[in-house]
Amino acid sequence: MSTFSKYVKLKKDRARYGWDKAKRMKVCYLFIAPYAILFFTFYILPMLTSIYYSFTYYNILEPARFIGFDNYINLILQDEIFLTAVKNTFIIAIVTGPVGYMLSFLFAWFINELPRWLRTIAVVIFYAPSIAGNAYYIFGIIFRGDIYGYLNSILTEFGIIDAPVLWLSNPTYILPVCIIVILWMSMGTGFLSFVAGLQGVDPALYEAGYVDGIRNRWQELYFVTLPSMKPMLMFGAVMSITQAFGVCDVTMALAGYPSTDYAARTVVTHLFDYGYSRFEMGYASAIATLLFLVMILCNKIIQSALRKVGT
Amino acid sequence: MSNTAAAKVKIAAPKESIGDRKDRKRNQKAQKTVSIAHRRKPNRSRGGDFGVYFMLTIVALMMAFPLVFAISSSLKPLDELFRFPPTLFPQHPTMDNFSDLFVTMGQSWVPFSRYFVNTGLITLIGTAGHLFIASMAAFVLAKYDFPGGKLFFNIVVTALMFSGYVTGIPNYIIMSNLGIIDTYMAIILPALAAPIGLFLMKQFMEGIPTALIESAKIDGAGEFRIFWRIVMPNVKPAWLTVIIFSVQNLWNAKASTVIYSEAKKTLVYALQQIQAGGVARTGQAAAVTVIVMLVPIVIFICSQSQILETMASSGIKE
Repeated sequence: MSTFSKYVKLKKDRARYGWDKAKRMKVCYLFIAPYAILFFTFYILPMLTSIYYSFTYYNILEPARFIGFDNYINLILQDEIFLTAVKNTFIIAIVTGPVGYMLSFLFAWFINELPRWLRTIAVVIFYAPSIAGNAYYIFGIIFRGDIYGYLNSILTEFGIIDAPVLWLSNPTYILPVCIIVILWMSMGTGFLSFVAGLQGVDPALYEAGYVDGIRNRWQELYFVTLPSMKPMLMFGAVMSITQAFGVCDVTMALAGYPSTDYAARTVVTHLFDYGYSRFEMGYASAIATLLFLVMILCNKIIQSALRKVGT
Repeated sequence: MSNTAAAKVKIAAPKESIGDRKDRKRNQKAQKTVSIAHRRKPNRSRGGDFGVYFMLTIVALMMAFPLVFAISSSLKPLDELFRFPPTLFPQHPTMDNFSDLFVTMGQSWVPFSRYFVNTGLITLIGTAGHLFIASMAAFVLAKYDFPGGKLFFNIVVTALMFSGYVTGIPNYIIMSNLGIIDTYMAIILPALAAPIGLFLMKQFMEGIPTALIESAKIDGAGEFRIFWRIVMPNVKPAWLTVIIFSVQNLWNAKASTVIYSEAKKTLVYALQQIQAGGVARTGQAAAVTVIVMLVPIVIFICSQSQILETMASSGIKE
């Protein structure tokens, strides 16, 4: 009893202390207000409304009608195209996410050992594709289905194929082609963060490593470099999850929308379809909510995996 | 063993003559230059180094190829674009594709320059506003400990994962309630609160010594003065980083879902209509790609070292 009342008193005191502090720090809230209001309106509120609408039937014209879990049930049990989309997204995410992430790190690590001037050039070359806007469009020419396509003409020249391959319309090739393009663009923000982080690793740690008998670059990577890079690795992971699950621009631009046999349909394309073409906002919101939950889950898994690195 | 040697040197030091000292200094200098010239880390094999360089060269060529190809295609005259087999570099480079582009765009009833102005305006206002608003929030989050601050920052970090498409639909509903659909505000306002800008700014501002801020406070400066006169000039590298992320985001904004009026369309949106023009417009489409990609890349090249300085503090600490 007495411990309980003490606990209550402590809580109350803490609340009052917090409130007093908040009052003293008024100006902080003033500073944060413009950002916070916009952030709430355009990032948090949409997320919350998305969760709300996912339980309703809503087509913008009529008021939303509550239908419980129906959207989710339909999505998982009845919507075969959604399952195709999930499959495609997972294939893309599993290949481009972890592979893109590791390649980003690997190349950042290699680049880090170059002399300064060479490093500057290399960073630009590797980073440029990810900021080049819709430059992935150029792959449309490279992989064009007729003989004027770059790849087709090269392969014909070498006699590997005798008829042009429809890279972007044949369901067998669509996904691999898209994955290549996405990998090409995957050296993004995370990569920059890695390059910068590697330059900031304390050289004394490496010296200590030599003394302690680290024999080759791989041992050094695992025992010295990676542990001091954890915060950047965390940041890079968040960035590559966002990218891996958010794929839709590239597939829509290259394979068309809708693509042959839905071979390049991703979850976001599906969301796009229901949201902007069919105006089934409730259904689209359910897709968005599911996608977001999967992303958060992935992030948690990766965080706990990263904690174990180098220990 | 080495300890005793060091001790001996220490003891011996006062006794050495000036000439000896000079010698010793020269030796030290020589050693230093040797260690700089001999940068190779002791635990690296030559074969491994060669492998790394080789692989980097190959991959760099692969990464650069599509962009080089885009630029060379945009300079090719029509007959070379469809030559079989295709050539990598144009034999008779020409600017025809670019001028054709302006002709094509000139024929549409909205002048092409309008799209440039649209996107330029959006990019300029959005970036400046974002820099200011995000820096203000980042400043208090980094340098003051106030209730709710940490929670807010954690939410922002989670929001790094919201891709535009996930929040796109409810965002549309909210914007239509606010009545900003089909205005520039629909593009600018969400960009003002982009989480990545706040995140990078806050992480970088944590590196500013608190003593600097406290001494300014003792001198009687108000919070805004501290922010504007002391903190902001000290985080210029972070400015550039926030600017490039914002520019990249806004310059490439298609915004096809929130803008309908022809006259308000963004550059990328208008250009994509050209790219969709099929085989006959291959050259113009390549020209479009080059125009769109050059702006962010050039900004990045110009500000690379500052951006890397900022990104060094980009990690998510627990």
